[in-house]
Amino acid sequence: MPQRFSPRRRKSVAPACLLALVATLGFAVPAAAQTAAPAATGGAAMEQFVPIAIYRTGPYAPGGSGIYGAYADYLALVNARDGGVNGVKLVYEECETGYQPDRMIECYERQKAKGPTGAAAFTPSGTGGVYALIDRMTADKIPSVTIGYGRTDSSDGRVFPYFFPLISNYWSENTATIRYIAEREGGLDKLKGKKIANVVMDFAAGRETQAILDAQAKRYGFEVTTFPITPPGLDQRAVWLQVRQYRPDWVLFRGWGAATPTGIKEAARAGIARDRIIGWWWSGSEEDVTPAGDAAKGFITAQFHATGPNYPVFEDIKKYVYAKGEGNVEENRIGSVYYVRGVLHGVAVTEAMRTAMKKFGNRPLTGDEVRWGLEHLVMTSERIKQLGLEGLMPEIKVTCADHEGDGAIRFQQWDGAKWVMISDWIKSDQSMVRPLIEASAAQFAKEKGITPRDCAGETN
Amino acid sequence: MGDFSFFLEVVVGGLLSGVMYTLVALGFVLIFKASGVFNFAQGAMVLFAALTFVGFLEFGLPMWAAFLLALAAMLALAVAIERTVLRPLVGQDHMILFMATIGLSIFLEGFAQLIWGTKVRGLDLGISDEPIEIGGILISQFDLSAALMAAVLVAVLSAFFSYTKVGRALRAVADDTQAAQVAGVPLGFIWAVVWGAAGFIALVAGLVWGARLGVQFALTLVALKALPVMILGGFNSIAGAIVAGLVIGVSEKLAEIYLGPFVGGGIENWFPYALAIAVLLIRPAGLFGAARIARV
Repeated sequence: MPQRFSPRRRKSVAPACLLALVATLGFAVPAAAQTAAPAATGGAAMEQFVPIAIYRTGPYAPGGSGIYGAYADYLALVNARDGGVNGVKLVYEECETGYQPDRMIECYERQKAKGPTGAAAFTPSGTGGVYALIDRMTADKIPSVTIGYGRTDSSDGRVFPYFFPLISNYWSENTATIRYIAEREGGLDKLKGKKIANVVMDFAAGRETQAILDAQAKRYGFEVTTFPITPPGLDQRAVWLQVRQYRPDWVLFRGWGAATPTGIKEAARAGIARDRIIGWWWSGSEEDVTPAGDAAKGFITAQFHATGPNYPVFEDIKKYVYAKGEGNVEENRIGSVYYVRGVLHGVAVTEAMRTAMKKFGNRPLTGDEVRWGLEHLVMTSERIKQLGLEGLMPEIKVTCADHEGDGAIRFQQWDGAKWVMISDWIKSDQSMVRPLIEASAAQFAKEKGITPRDCAGETN
Repeated sequence: MGDFSFFLEVVVGGLLSGVMYTLVALGFVLIFKASGVFNFAQGAMVLFAALTFVGFLEFGLPMWAAFLLALAAMLALAVAIERTVLRPLVGQDHMILFMATIGLSIFLEGFAQLIWGTKVRGLDLGISDEPIEIGGILISQFDLSAALMAAVLVAVLSAFFSYTKVGRALRAVADDTQAAQVAGVPLGFIWAVVWGAAGFIALVAGLVWGARLGVQFALTLVALKALPVMILGGFNSIAGAIVAGLVIGVSEKLAEIYLGPFVGGGIENWFPYALAIAVLLIRPAGLFGAARIARV
């Protein structure tokens, strides 16, 4: 028998329906405004879809909103200033991941086939997502672009053709850091007998540099001791008291999220000089040091880019995007660390498209064609300057075998109000890094039954 | 530094950390004591309170005004929770109420960020964080101040429970809700008061932890530090929360430093849970918790 609503029941359902409608419209309208569906614009043939997996919610929202909001800003700039990439307009759409790998997969699946040729590239928005998507993205022939994160051994493009951890990976960063310390000490030979405390978050990315650090310790004669911090690292007193007892010459600190300011404060309490602590780049944003207040003064981190608002590209973003009220981040974050990283993601994807169009023509590209563009991406200092990024990023040259691009690292120091660059670009030690990458990639290939590509046949 | 001095520094540091854990645990204990409900949303309340305080500071208000307004917001939140979540669930099983607090937690996390944004903010309470040397060991001035704040808070709460009419009514509700209702104790009002007091504690904890970690989403995770404290001390004992906080603080530090090197380190976070489980096996109600006797 069909259920009938009583008048009283009907009365209570109506406002609920209205609320649901308002809520639905409230959420749907901004999303629709951002995406500008190809069919509605009537120009689908000359549009390229670019998915943006973002995390504006959850514990890591400051990073997610900064990086991927800036990514969207750069795409908007290319559209507004240049009319797209060689006349191909970029259509982008955000998908919220909350920094959860399962939602990163969901976003990928939802977005990969959109647009006339599918997604140009996908930025998984987290290393967990990269690991989870290796098989799917390889099968779908859609490239993954991750700058400053991702699976380190995917730098070996022979085994990972669709994965591009561009500019630098954690192992490269670590060798550049040891070179920087050597520079400060007066030469690599001065490292002999030095003591380095390696304070790491006790998760995969935190522990990842252990092997390369041990290899360098053996080569240069320094001593290294690792002190793990259990995530989320809200209380690290015991760890930093141990570090003080160890009396290190230098401390490497791989903090993440709230663990970074907490660690810096504990180091200050333990009387450890902050200008002898070098963080990785995930400890090197404004959000990492601001909560630590004065304790963070002098703290140094590695960085694969420069920071600051005074670059022509940011002026253009303000002029062409924010002046029209179309920005995706708070305007005062332009030029901050996370913002720069997002812009670099945009630069990598659009320049790869531009490179690929030289071969495939000025039209929307498939993911596989963009992969080709990424594998032939060369960012010379001239091109970097043309894009308004001079000094902001290092030169890179990506190849079939090297998906990292032989980038370089700079070091920055917090002066209490802003990051100040304190070194020039320092190259990583590929004589140590590359063999480890190839060995790890070969192991992966063996486990998965992959035959590595012969890059000699992939030059054109 | 000698071994014994270092040991002493670890113990003192552990005691001060323990006070910080107790600060958070008190909010849980208060609500459990009055209603038998484990409030899963306490961590989210800490975030909400701290974000609200800093939000008002950013409007240019002086610290005292921001504190009063944030307190008012927490009290308003308590009343809203009582009206919209607790009142419709009166008489339901405790598990239902617990599930409701999980929903409340998720809502508050999103709501706080919706209003105040996701930006990480520093919080300077004007208390120096430079260590001072006492008897050859370094002690954080900030932690000493936090311990003082916690002591005052406990004294105020104890006086409130023992010497006020509302406090006595609250204890009556805690002992037997139905009997208290029959005796004319207004349950809704008492619950609003309890949640308001928990909101006040969340605000104090939010300020202290916010000054340490920065005011950011990670504040919700400080609840993880309070859980073993409650298991060890008993869910309904304020004294238990204090003693257990100190025990947990010291034991986790000693374990990390003296046992950690034998197992690869990084045991500071899970050691308190192992300790709490060991205590559960011997005293299921915790060291100070009241054992419940039920007629079956």
